[in-house]
Amino acid sequence: MQTYFNGLADHLTSQLQGEEVYTCSFYGEDSDFVRFNQGQVRQAGSVVQRAIGVDLILGQRHAGGSVTLSGDGAEDKGRLTKLVGRLREKLPHLPEDPHLLYATDVQSSERHGENKLPAADDSLGQIRSAAGDKDLVGIYAAGALGSGFANSLGQRNWYDTWSYNFDWSFYHQADKAVKTAYAGMDWDEAAFLRKVELASKQLEALKREPVTISPDGYRVYLAPAAVYDMVGMLSWGGFGLKAHKTRQTPLLKLLSGDAALADSLTIRENTVEGVAPNFQGSGFIRPDAVTLLDGGKLADCLVSPRSAKEFGVPTNGASAGESPESIDVSAGDVPTEEAITRLDKGVYVGNVHYLNYSDRSACRTTGMTRFATFWVEDGEIRAPLNVMRFDETMYRVLGENLVGLTAEREMILDSNTYFGRSTNSGRMPGALVEDFTFTL
Amino acid sequence: MIDDLEKRFREIAPDVDYCSLRYQEESGESVTVRQNILQPVGDHSDAGAMITVAHAGGLGYAATSDLTTSGLAEAARRAKAWAERSAGQAVADFSKLPHSDAQGEYETVVERPWTTTSLEDRIGLVRASAEQLKSDDRIVDWYARVGFTDGESLYVNNHGARIHQRFHYVVPVMAATANQGAETQTRTLGGYGNGRQGGLEILDQIGFQTEASRLASEAIELLSAPDCPEGTLDVVLAPDQMILQIHESVGHAIELDRILGDERNYAGTSFVTLDMFGNYRYGSDLLNITFDPTVASQMASYGFDDEGTAAKKEYIIKDGILLKPLGGATSQGRAGIAGVANARACSWNRPPIDRMANLNLEPGTSTMEDMIGAVENGVFMATNCSWSIDDSRNKFQFGCEYGRRIENGELKGLVRKNNYRGVSATFWRSLKMVGTPDTLEVMGTPNCGKGEPNQMVRVGHATPACLFENVEVFGGA
Repeated sequence: MQTYFNGLADHLTSQLQGEEVYTCSFYGEDSDFVRFNQGQVRQAGSVVQRAIGVDLILGQRHAGGSVTLSGDGAEDKGRLTKLVGRLREKLPHLPEDPHLLYATDVQSSERHGENKLPAADDSLGQIRSAAGDKDLVGIYAAGALGSGFANSLGQRNWYDTWSYNFDWSFYHQADKAVKTAYAGMDWDEAAFLRKVELASKQLEALKREPVTISPDGYRVYLAPAAVYDMVGMLSWGGFGLKAHKTRQTPLLKLLSGDAALADSLTIRENTVEGVAPNFQGSGFIRPDAVTLLDGGKLADCLVSPRSAKEFGVPTNGASAGESPESIDVSAGDVPTEEAITRLDKGVYVGNVHYLNYSDRSACRTTGMTRFATFWVEDGEIRAPLNVMRFDETMYRVLGENLVGLTAEREMILDSNTYFGRSTNSGRMPGALVEDFTFTL
Repeated sequence: MIDDLEKRFREIAPDVDYCSLRYQEESGESVTVRQNILQPVGDHSDAGAMITVAHAGGLGYAATSDLTTSGLAEAARRAKAWAERSAGQAVADFSKLPHSDAQGEYETVVERPWTTTSLEDRIGLVRASAEQLKSDDRIVDWYARVGFTDGESLYVNNHGARIHQRFHYVVPVMAATANQGAETQTRTLGGYGNGRQGGLEILDQIGFQTEASRLASEAIELLSAPDCPEGTLDVVLAPDQMILQIHESVGHAIELDRILGDERNYAGTSFVTLDMFGNYRYGSDLLNITFDPTVASQMASYGFDDEGTAAKKEYIIKDGILLKPLGGATSQGRAGIAGVANARACSWNRPPIDRMANLNLEPGTSTMEDMIGAVENGVFMATNCSWSIDDSRNKFQFGCEYGRRIENGELKGLVRKNNYRGVSATFWRSLKMVGTPDTLEVMGTPNCGKGEPNQMVRVGHATPACLFENVEVFGGA
């Protein structure tokens, strides 16, 4: 895929006229998707897709466009020729863009993965065998991903990986289920079976009579998957410079000094330990890490090239949305194996669902418990809990009511497949929280 | 192109129980002016095809953007291999499910195509609205955007079906954000719910050129407004909130694939079960919900779904009783229950699943004055800004940008941070009044997410304003 992309980049260079410059971003995947329901195959297939986005620049004017590629070099060079022609026609009709910024220091890079994926029949066979007579539902997504950047200044960046993400649930009945995932680059049957065994044990606990609790404040343990979703919600405007400067960040009260987060909370965009490419669409290279929250205090923001120009600061290679892609929450000192003991009495929240802000300025967030969520007493899981709605400000959850974070963290590989397979990830601890408000 | 593709498909279609080609192409432009500065103009073009094969009971698909004969042949080979691999371990015998032999065409009615104007004119149009949003120093961010998309699709199979459709979408968005100290308030033009099919005439119909100053003023007024009161009150919901209420607590709940369990690992399950259809009281007698892909300018109107089933208007809930699920031909065959033509894919690279399309609440007989007049103590809420619901589509909580107190049958002062929560299974039974057609708005959004692999599709909702009684409402932190 890299050779093919470089050929397209060279072709784009050959199409330029006069002082024109281009930047381009490429995405390609050869993916298998197998969807399961009740341990059977619901939909199985493969997707081969390649697309490129090109920005044609002349001074401070620029015109951007994207086009799907066929994968055939000759055909695709023709498509790019047409695209460049169309963009060139637009240029005189567009005003100068005061916020245009693209990389001019050439920093080429390559990061290659290795194809260690099992044959589809092998992984499918293992999954079906592991499911046995259980009600397994979920998706196996696997294959090659390629991502590239090029510009007419000679910069070439390339990233490819062969990865799998089997994201699945074992269901007991109705909404009582255990959700887990087995994701990575090197499929290991023994490791997969350990995941299956752990999920099977939790499934047994879900077969007990569920309990319903009254809306109130409860001590809770948020498992790493739940913390990932909560921090993901916080990432919706929480760490981007534009959201801060335009006062739309949910961390507005932290910014203005009217609220605080826990001293033990440090959050970083940890690119070097994530699985996402370290370059972005305008050609800037991301630093190994950007500290977003340091000991509960706001540190650096994610700064896209446009924000850098708009607000007069250097970019740190953030994408246009200025959200973390390799988010990392610092570990604490609560041994994970003691988390339920230390919870003592309360709710073990395995997963949360459908979060949104109920008061954005106050960073108040609502959402639901989901999947393996249990009532705990005397430090032991007693019964599955019927789903509950929570509505809490993050200044309480990750601030005054945060009892502690676990010492061990989980690496969570995002299973999102909108438009393409995600390379986002999170390194997350679990969190013990006091007086967590359930409302419905 | 369409004829060539059909010819290539006939050449490469393998000898199997079922084989189809679904071609989908989209191209368009997005013009955004933020803080009076033109943002990079989006120009996108996307085309590809999916070959689907059912054979020996298995089902497989392969999507490709290589539309040559050899490219399609390779996709057919891969699709057949997946069908063979899944045979004997699939959720249904896909060879035995009914397959479409329909033929037909559909095209959006467009009065004023966006392509008949110049790029400068389109930029000027968006800029004019955006500039009106900056009415005060407290407006700290503002933008206006219009996205135009033209689409074309072809569905052919080895059972004689041939369906050719053309779509033209317009998605206008506008927002003004005001700030004072530690408080920020945003007003939008109907959230992200003003998408429709058509041309530039849509912008006139939704007030794209006339509503900017009102939105900016309201954002500023909200900064100093009191919070929404807390208590069990009556609420009048405007159409730009009703669309979320319908979408989340009716639409998703009655999707047949959710009921069959396909979505349990991602989007969720449903509190609705197959035995409820035909007898379950979903809401009060005033609740009438239709699946209607025939509304001319609505976002998800079409002639046929992506499995080749002809689409028509059908009652889903009538006089409060749940009648039919939202399930396409495949789901209907699996469940043994009648549904509607709603098997849809977001693009050529994703397989069809059950989606909402246009799901509308039929108008009633109460004027807005009737509804406000009937409330002794309540809140009028408009424009969704927050949405959350459990995975069974029962316990929900929504928030609205704009609210007004209603006291003794009269609209009173502005309130902010307007939230309410409830349970779908009982909420719709508290529907007390349904607005007349003059309160109805035809709305739609391009952003409904669901499916594994994930898919984002366009959905439409047309609804009048409605009055609900005894709702749990509350304000901010």
